[in-house]
Amino acid sequence: MTSNGIGAPVRRKEDRRFITGSGRYTDDIDRPGQLYAHIIRSPLPHARIKSIDANDARSLGGVVAVFTGRDMADDGVGGLPCGWGITGKHGAPMIEPGHPPLATDTVRYVGDQVAVVLAESRAIARDAAELIEVDFEELPAVTSIETATAGDAPLVWPEAPGNICFDWEIGDAAAVQKAFAEAAHVTTIDIVNSRLIPNAIEPRAAIGEYDAGHDEYTLYTTSQNPHVIRLLMGAFVLNIPEHKLRVVAPDVGGGFGSKIFHYAEEAIVTWASKRVNRPVKWTADRSESFMSDAHGRDHVTHAELALSKDGDFLGLSVRTRANLGAYLSTFGPSVPTYLYATLLAGTYKTPAIHAEVKGIFTNTVPVDAYRGAGRPEASYLLERLVDRAARETGIDPIQLRRRNFIPADGFPYQTPVALEYDSGDYGTCLDKALELADYGGFVKRRKDAEARGKLRGIGLSTYIEACGIAPSNVAGQLGARAGLYEAGTIRVNPTGSVTVLTGSHSHGQGHETTFAQLVTEALGVDIDSIEVVHGDTGKIPFGMGTYGSRSLAVGGMALMAALEKIKTKSKKIAAHLLEASDADIEFENGRLSVAGTDRSVAFGEVAMAAYVPHNYPLDILEPGLEETAFYDPKNFTFPAGCHVCEIEIDPDTGVVDVVSFVAADDFGRIINPMIVEGQVHGGVAQGIGQALYEQCVFDADSGQLLTGTLMDYCLPKADHLPDFSVTTNVTLCAHNVLGVKGCGEAGTIGATPAVINAVVDALSEFGVNDIALPATPERVWRAIHSAAA
Amino acid sequence: MPTTVSFSLNGEQVSAEVEPRTLLVEMLRDKLRRTGTHVGCDTSQCGACVVHVGGRSVKSCTMLAVQAEGADVTTIEGVAADGKLHPMQEAFREYHGLQCGFCTPGMIMSALDLVRRNPEPDEGEIRRWLEGNLCRCTGYQNIVKAVKAGAASMRAEGAA
Amino acid sequence: MYEFDYHRPRTLGEARDLIAGNEEAKLLAGGMTLLPTMKLRLARPSDLVDLGDIDELQGIAIDGNALEIGAAVRHADVAGSADVQRLIPALAFLAGQIGDPQVRNRGTLGGSIANSDPAADYPAAVLGLGASIRTDRREIPADDYFLGMFETALEPDEIVRSVRFPVPKRAGYAKFPNPASRYAIVGVMVAETGGGVRVAVTGAGPCAFRVTAFEDALKADFSAAALDGLDFDAPDLNSDLHASAEYRVHLVGVMAKRAVQAASG
Repeated sequence: MTSNGIGAPVRRKEDRRFITGSGRYTDDIDRPGQLYAHIIRSPLPHARIKSIDANDARSLGGVVAVFTGRDMADDGVGGLPCGWGITGKHGAPMIEPGHPPLATDTVRYVGDQVAVVLAESRAIARDAAELIEVDFEELPAVTSIETATAGDAPLVWPEAPGNICFDWEIGDAAAVQKAFAEAAHVTTIDIVNSRLIPNAIEPRAAIGEYDAGHDEYTLYTTSQNPHVIRLLMGAFVLNIPEHKLRVVAPDVGGGFGSKIFHYAEEAIVTWASKRVNRPVKWTADRSESFMSDAHGRDHVTHAELALSKDGDFLGLSVRTRANLGAYLSTFGPSVPTYLYATLLAGTYKTPAIHAEVKGIFTNTVPVDAYRGAGRPEASYLLERLVDRAARETGIDPIQLRRRNFIPADGFPYQTPVALEYDSGDYGTCLDKALELADYGGFVKRRKDAEARGKLRGIGLSTYIEACGIAPSNVAGQLGARAGLYEAGTIRVNPTGSVTVLTGSHSHGQGHETTFAQLVTEALGVDIDSIEVVHGDTGKIPFGMGTYGSRSLAVGGMALMAALEKIKTKSKKIAAHLLEASDADIEFENGRLSVAGTDRSVAFGEVAMAAYVPHNYPLDILEPGLEETAFYDPKNFTFPAGCHVCEIEIDPDTGVVDVVSFVAADDFGRIINPMIVEGQVHGGVAQGIGQALYEQCVFDADSGQLLTGTLMDYCLPKADHLPDFSVTTNVTLCAHNVLGVKGCGEAGTIGATPAVINAVVDALSEFGVNDIALPATPERVWRAIHSAAA
Repeated sequence: MPTTVSFSLNGEQVSAEVEPRTLLVEMLRDKLRRTGTHVGCDTSQCGACVVHVGGRSVKSCTMLAVQAEGADVTTIEGVAADGKLHPMQEAFREYHGLQCGFCTPGMIMSALDLVRRNPEPDEGEIRRWLEGNLCRCTGYQNIVKAVKAGAASMRAEGAA
Repeated sequence: MYEFDYHRPRTLGEARDLIAGNEEAKLLAGGMTLLPTMKLRLARPSDLVDLGDIDELQGIAIDGNALEIGAAVRHADVAGSADVQRLIPALAFLAGQIGDPQVRNRGTLGGSIANSDPAADYPAAVLGLGASIRTDRREIPADDYFLGMFETALEPDEIVRSVRFPVPKRAGYAKFPNPASRYAIVGVMVAETGGGVRVAVTGAGPCAFRVTAFEDALKADFSAAALDGLDFDAPDLNSDLHASAEYRVHLVGVMAKRAVQAASG
């Protein structure tokens, strides 16, 4: 390897602009003559729009236009599409209601878009918004799974009786029934996976611009996948062909899933920019983000695990109701089905699994993928269930896990819920985590804590996830309405510098560095002579974007394939220059040489020859040195690992303090360990956030989001968290050339159950076997208090 | 009624016409086009907008532009001198103290105020000080390391 | 924000003239509560009278056996003042617990107590230390000052000049912060003063209040143990997302003990 190649902790190429304030995020962009959009949102969770009076707003100085859903509908604007269709039991298609960018007759959640004001300044747009009178007829609303599925619940959509979008199942119910009949013990759990609000620190923003001369549109947007937005908005909403629509996602300040989806505001500013023939900019306030960014999680589950008398898992039965919100967000239906129930085998060889998932409409913000997307829900359920089974059977939780692990020599492993795991070694991750956590020393640490008046607990999770989605043909069979490959281009410039065009999108992941490491490793080009370009459909041939920890495992593999083509062509050029056969050319450290001789050319000379083809095999090769590859993965990748958390509780206040957190993860081959560690840190912080701090609450009566600002919704702060200890164990992915698996979501997936298992462990002396997410001080205090009473 | 506000920005005299209701951060970003200072919330929690006014860190989203009249204002754009990164900036890069970069300017400006008061902060002091700066990417661990290392470099260079 | 007119008087007299008779005008101190409220369009003043340039509101002075702190003195300056740290360390500690560093760099004592946010820290200090509030026209004892949620004894156009804190024999403050906003869910100041023991609570009720049951117990025995199992009369405690009234009652007891320990430590 070169010093900056694969495996090196290369300092990030992108950092300079961020640490000097020179980053270019969407809201940093001003277009000449731009107007500012303010969206009028529904203050009610469910209401019919009787009338909208915008006359006063239109006559306010500085206001250019006010548009409503009627204006967009009259212009033929379509609804926001859902990218994944679910087929339920007996072949029943999911209920798929329309989703106009601006509501036409009914609003269905607090925050639903009603109208848009365009004005010369943000302040005027907001002033004008208050002059718009919307006459609502309030309708009954439901904001929770429980109320939405009660017998006589009001309906979010008349076409969805019982508020059920789909009733779907996976696995073999008969086999599970048989397993339970033979069980020596059954462990049961009723569990809620709490609703979360992603809260990337950069609020969403969008600028639409129309060029009348060329009849072309440009959308600047805070997106994780600009090509997907171009596809969805162009084809389904605004009817703009790809060659007339450019979507730019410049620097993006975090996504965590919430910036995957095609949002109404993108369509509104793009459409409006043509109507008024001026650029239109919209930037969310944080309060607006809370009620308009897709939320995450929100499951209610009943599950049962059948065990033999020795502790072998015999069967697993899961019944989940998943809140989808009021509308189907882009990938909403896929999250609680194919990204959740297919992971219910976990790291265990449970032979029979059956899961039933009902997707539920409620009068709340749409729910979609948030970091981990379905996999944290599966992992939380399983790892809590396994811990409970251990307590009930008296088997040590570690031994119970080990006993049921798919063994390291058991791969490939076909689970009972569709997936085929290609590689892994769960026992070694567990060993490494326990060692790093000094698990053996816990009893003493607990005693010490007792002496200080504190309750100490330890908990672990041995999670798995599926990343890098996925073979397009499989995804297509499962309901995906798009391909899930990735595209990449390696453009060798005449002087030998390299421009990399990738369809992946970096919004913190460090692709500009990691992908450059792949190139420097392959071509020997100095890392400072490599530029990674992403986030612009006008520059990048095609792309599916970044989500599901797929950038390296899919986008990186597209680049590897393109690099292979570059190497092949370079060897042919070198063979010509060196008057040798291509088969004899070796390409190492940036030089191409004839094997066994001292004759060689530098890669830069090959590049120059390709662009100035005076001495060049024009009879067999085109000039130029640029290759594009599309890569469609053969399977998901399956990162897995073990997280161990140790907590202390102040019994006087109920405050839980995370005192130690260890992660031992298997991400396959690691390109940049520094970046990987950073990804784990951030993921773990979000997992701890769900476990202890983040709480999304709707008022049951009014339907209002009560945790609608950062004053009430607690993002973890620096002093809430300890230093994490992170290590890795590598088993290579069996189906991509680098053996990489992905690392972006693992922290979030493994951390939440480890923390809660630790809290329950600390409280077990009070007879506590469950605590709701998040384990707030009051909840913990009540658990202690009610046990003591 | 629009009014003209003037102050020293990163050592350079600037002025712009603003409304009384214009926030300092809006003047910096929209009028003066210094977009390194970010806005991440509307309730004064996130700290993406931290700048220095009169040598102290403040949230520029919770201050009116008119209140900065005549003040010395420093933003992230004014931290590197003559094209040379400040030791604190270097430390954020060296210790991977940033991912998406959105909170980073505010983090660096806040960290510089900490080191001004306490040239040798320990981990606990850094974590507590950063309570007004939210990061959603890093889990803070590498930010804390970076601030500690940045402070050490500043002591070594006599910049603290 | 809605539009408003901005004024920046140089003297207290000018400020008084600007605010007098104008019920729609508001005084702007540090702005740490007012500006966010205006940004969310929850307040609509016609005029803002900025008190930031008035020298009469500045300064920390030792006045006999008391500290007089100007209304415009920022939290960071109270926390960092050598005089405050020496004479009333609990007050310096409390000021250092408010909000976050940037809030402490802007927010002022006068702004905080004029607003009387139920979850603000300073009201616990003012009431617990038996301070008096000096305004442009009179001096108000702390016991008469806090009337309710965002409600004080101040006249609409009355301006706080300073707060006079008698130096206690000993005092301690303990706070249970809201993890998101860092406001006090419960904060308790306990002080042994010349006039007896005072226990003042913020965060738990509509405004800061004293707990006489705790004061009586501590008069007899100034120790955390003296509060064991002690109930107190707690009408109308706050109950919200972050803490029920029942939990707040419990926390008042816990924080009071910790404050006693801090005072004794």
